Amino acid sequence: MASVTQRAQTDAAAVPSAGVGRRFDIMPYLFILPHLIFFVLFLLWPLLYGIYISLFEFDFNNPAFRPFVGIGNYRNLADPNSLEFDAYWNSMKNTLIFVVISTIPMVLSALLLAVLLNGKYRFRNVFRGIFFAPWSLSAVVAALLGWWIFNDQAGIMNGFLDRVGLGTVAWLGAQPGAWIAIVVVTLWWTVGFNTIIYLAALQDIPESLYEAASLDGANLWHKFRYITVPMVAPVTVFIVTIQLIASFQLFAQPQIMTRGGPAESTKPVIMQIYQEGFGAYRMGSAAAMSIVLGIILLIITTLNFRIFGRSEER
Amino acid sequence: MATVARPAERVQTQEAGGGTLMRVALYVLLFLISAFFLIPLIWMTVTALKPQAEWIHPNWIPQNPTLSNFQRLLNNPALPVFLWIRNSFFVAAIATILTLAIDTMAGYAYARLHFPGRNILFGLLLATLVMPGVIFLVPNYLTVANLPGFGLNTYQSVIAPGLAGVFGVFFMRQFFQGIPKELEEAAYIDGAGTWTTFWRVALPLSLPSLSTLAIITFLASWNDFLWPLLVMGNPDRMTLPVGLALLQGQAVYDFGGIMAGAMITAIPVLTLYLILQRYIIASVAMTGLKG
Repeated sequence: MASVTQRAQTDAAAVPSAGVGRRFDIMPYLFILPHLIFFVLFLLWPLLYGIYISLFEFDFNNPAFRPFVGIGNYRNLADPNSLEFDAYWNSMKNTLIFVVISTIPMVLSALLLAVLLNGKYRFRNVFRGIFFAPWSLSAVVAALLGWWIFNDQAGIMNGFLDRVGLGTVAWLGAQPGAWIAIVVVTLWWTVGFNTIIYLAALQDIPESLYEAASLDGANLWHKFRYITVPMVAPVTVFIVTIQLIASFQLFAQPQIMTRGGPAESTKPVIMQIYQEGFGAYRMGSAAAMSIVLGIILLIITTLNFRIFGRSEER
Repeated sequence: MATVARPAERVQTQEAGGGTLMRVALYVLLFLISAFFLIPLIWMTVTALKPQAEWIHPNWIPQNPTLSNFQRLLNNPALPVFLWIRNSFFVAAIATILTLAIDTMAGYAYARLHFPGRNILFGLLLATLVMPGVIFLVPNYLTVANLPGFGLNTYQSVIAPGLAGVFGVFFMRQFFQGIPKELEEAAYIDGAGTWTTFWRVALPLSLPSLSTLAIITFLASWNDFLWPLLVMGNPDRMTLPVGLALLQGQAVYDFGGIMAGAMITAIPVLTLYLILQRYIIASVAMTGLKG
């Protein structure tokens, strides 16, 4: 019996495409089962369960009162007169502002840093290590450092500006200071990630392209514009996509640095969902808000691939 | 001869001169950028070592350096920082060990074993990669709150949803697909079963990939904020990032104490980073190429 099973496995290993006429083997299922249990429970089931919850007025603390409201939670998000409408779409607008003002600096500075790190000089790896170090920190630590440095009264940033005679700025208490502080902190914390991915892509560009361009009299800018940028274009699409997804999930920085202020102007959509579901315990409404956000995010990332993925094919 | 050699020499020195200038400019630029990345960490350390009277002063060297911020933080009965440290280590360690175990097995099966439904299942796994994490928050919260054996404020509830992650399976599958089949075939011919082949042949080869996955998982778990914030409302069960946020909310003007807390949270991962920097950077570069 055992030898028959083993024979079947031998065939499986030796002939990859032979999938027919073999005995049923439980072993592969045992290999995937531990992961599959968690996958089904926490990634597949919540897709359905989330939709289900979103159809109810679902107070976590009040199991006795959970009326079915159908698409009521979604209708609230589409109805300008509802309580939820302004809060939700204001936070969505704030998130979009952050996505727009953070993506270009995050991608562009990563490319420039990668080009800088791609040269041949001493201590290159030391600098690379320094640029990437903040990435290993928690968002909370990064945000706390930003909150302390940009503190309106006691922060070192205002201390410095005051000393050189520029006067103080209300960084976290006013706009555009609050957004600038949040973008700078986010850049400080995560630009290293994009940089490393760009660096790997730069190392794949054949040296001969640059040599040929040098012979033709190209300067540094020409080489950057006509060799580097087009050669890393596929990686740029990838980085922009993960950057969009990451920026949409903004939470810890405003939660720690501004509490969503001033006047809710840095309150991102995740904070709105967090407060709706876990502050006000209106989980049906929070589930509906998450699903709408998920759909918007899917549309944007798909569009990004369609538009930039295509232009890159030309 | 000497006269012939001279112009060439001059050209060389000129080039070297231009090169030196460029080099100096390059290093100045690199030092400025390094300062941007290092100053917040230095300022955190400086503040944490300053007595209260010096917090708001922009001096970079504490006049009366002190550990009082750490003492005050660690002795505050309302903020069990030692428990947070222990919780963070425990959660990150268990999450890492379990992720390695289940993702290695699953990755091996999806790469090497043949079974009905494999492609459909793997397609399903990949499809969830594009879904934003936020849509799982509310339903997963209700799941762990109500599931027997889980519940709020338990370690298993913080750890379990992360084990559903698809990245590690995908990562290990890519690795196993890349190793030559001949070794495993030889093991099968020698009479080894699927498990023995996996355990004795494939797994030892995967040690570098395993350590990469271990580092990424440990860092992600140590640094995670939103999910443990939802699940761990009890201060005794909080992880460091969640506890830090609580500390900041309770003691808004204790800048020294908060920076001491930030240091306690940052030092383990920065140490890990210093030791394993090369592997961490290589692993991130690899994840990029995969995409």
